[in-house]
Amino acid sequence: MNLFEALRVATSGLLANRLRSSLTMLGILIGVAAVILLVAVGNGATVQINNQIQALGANVIFVYPSNAKSTGGVSQGFGTSQTLTMADVDAINTRQQDPDVVAAIPIAQSGGQITYSNQNYFAPTTGTSVDFPQVRDYQIAEGSFFTQDDVASQHRVVVLGQTVVTNLFGTSDPIGQTIKINRQSFRVIGVFAAKGGSGFGSQDNVVVAPITAVWAYLSGGRGKNISQIVASASSASTVTQAETEITAILLQRHQISDPSQADFQLQSQQDILNQANSIATALTLVLGAIAGISLVVGGIGIMNIMLVTVTERTREIGIRKAIGARWRDVLTQFLIEAMFLSGLGGALGIAVGAALAEEAPHIPAIASSSFPPPVVSIPSVLLAFGVSVGIGLFFGIYPANRAARLHPIEALRHE
Amino acid sequence: MIRLDAVTKTYRMGRVEVHALRGIDLHVEAGDFVAIMGASGSGKSTLMNIIGCLDVPTTGRYFLDGTDVAKLDDDQLATIRNRKIGFVFQSFNLIPRTTALHNVEMPLIYAGAQNRRPRALEALEAVGLANRAGHQPTELSGGQQQRAAIARALVTNPAILLADEPTGNLDSVSSVEIMKLLSALNAEHGRTIVLITHERDIAAFARRVVELRDGVILSDERTAA
Repeated sequence: MNLFEALRVATSGLLANRLRSSLTMLGILIGVAAVILLVAVGNGATVQINNQIQALGANVIFVYPSNAKSTGGVSQGFGTSQTLTMADVDAINTRQQDPDVVAAIPIAQSGGQITYSNQNYFAPTTGTSVDFPQVRDYQIAEGSFFTQDDVASQHRVVVLGQTVVTNLFGTSDPIGQTIKINRQSFRVIGVFAAKGGSGFGSQDNVVVAPITAVWAYLSGGRGKNISQIVASASSASTVTQAETEITAILLQRHQISDPSQADFQLQSQQDILNQANSIATALTLVLGAIAGISLVVGGIGIMNIMLVTVTERTREIGIRKAIGARWRDVLTQFLIEAMFLSGLGGALGIAVGAALAEEAPHIPAIASSSFPPPVVSIPSVLLAFGVSVGIGLFFGIYPANRAARLHPIEALRHE
Repeated sequence: MIRLDAVTKTYRMGRVEVHALRGIDLHVEAGDFVAIMGASGSGKSTLMNIIGCLDVPTTGRYFLDGTDVAKLDDDQLATIRNRKIGFVFQSFNLIPRTTALHNVEMPLIYAGAQNRRPRALEALEAVGLANRAGHQPTELSGGQQQRAAIARALVTNPAILLADEPTGNLDSVSSVEIMKLLSALNAEHGRTIVLITHERDIAAFARRVVELRDGVILSDERTAA
């Protein structure tokens, strides 16, 4: 029996029972649409996380203090010790032993209430050096960044991110104005261009000041702490070499011979990206698996309806066998019918799932949240279609074989 | 054309063995028109199933057109039915929701034959139903449905035409028409026909009448016709 004939028989059978066929297809349709949509949501989250992490600045390496050297036996936790110094930053910046590092900057964080006129806002204040815009990939939109002289002289100047500007100044020009951070006056000398990205780790909610000024006016007597060093490698491919070089410099400076006893930790953008990606991938898989359950339920629906169809058409099977249909012919016919049912359901499910994923960002409740827009991936579409046809095949085999094994005499006698 | 040697058929119904056929010897030559008669329970349906290769004998041998079919498996039997036997059933047994033309084409599809459409049309013409080719079974009268069924039986050019109570569901006018059609196919085209019936006036259209009772042949006579 040729394929065309089998398809013709399948369609005429399905058209004869339109409601039943539609309901059976609906089972597969919902399953496939759910898989497409939920995997798209997972993909959307992955894309958003990647964008945000990428926006932190490419090729960036973070150096954090750690307390592996502590002898007390009690770990004090990540970042609690003060092992990094300005001298470490300078050593990395001499670039004699680390040709793959472009620049390194110290970071001293200070939380603070910021006020201007009667406006009031909270943003972390970052104390750093003049290479900050280069290392963290910030552009100056207005005014200028502070100079080496500002750092040397502990000038109380700040450069603001767009979010801070909007919240404190609205539409008026912030350049030259004086704001107060923890009741200390700072003069605004520049504004960063917006970096985009929202929610998690917004890059526009920043206040940047010379590290010496932060130490002198905002650290509250905690001394010249450096919470982290941020270095940038010359390119994405040299990040690993740059990490090795920085590790060597710091081990030498801290007089540590065993790298496992290091009192600092390195983390590159790539490390963070990898971690985030593995979490997002796990999320996508879990969502897909949950949706996959409904596909299996749809498959059982197909098996059920195919069993009914075989019983109903027992006489027809008998006639076909009497005029020469072999086991293989009957099997093929019913398998094609089951696969047609599930394949069509799958194709419609893909359309519905993709349409929902496309429309989701336009739904007001979703648009106003920071919910990532779903991204439909081509592999998930192909996989979902393949799986739906496969489900037809798998769940169709038992009913089809039952039909193909019917004895022609008994099948003909069936009323 | 057909040769049955000491064919028996025993069914097992639960614990009881039913001897449907108790030793049948039957010879049908090419071009003959044989009616097999008998009351219900006489074994004529069992005999038809065996002649039609829908079933195999318990013992004995059956040669159809020179092939020993007693030992064939299901798929081989299906191929034999497709190539050598044309069935005409009491209840027509056309496939629903399928045009007369497509019904007639069906055996050719299973045979993997070429030129199916023209051959199917030709067969419909031979039974005088070419003008109803595009109609579905529900749109045809009983007589027309049976003609379509005869066209389907003829389309593969089989060795024998096996008609099981072909007039059982028809009124007397249609019955006569169908029997005249079968007689003509036999007389003018030399078709070998085996007819199963319990009606004597229907059997009278055949050239030879074989009467069965309790699984054995009671009489085997040439008719005047």
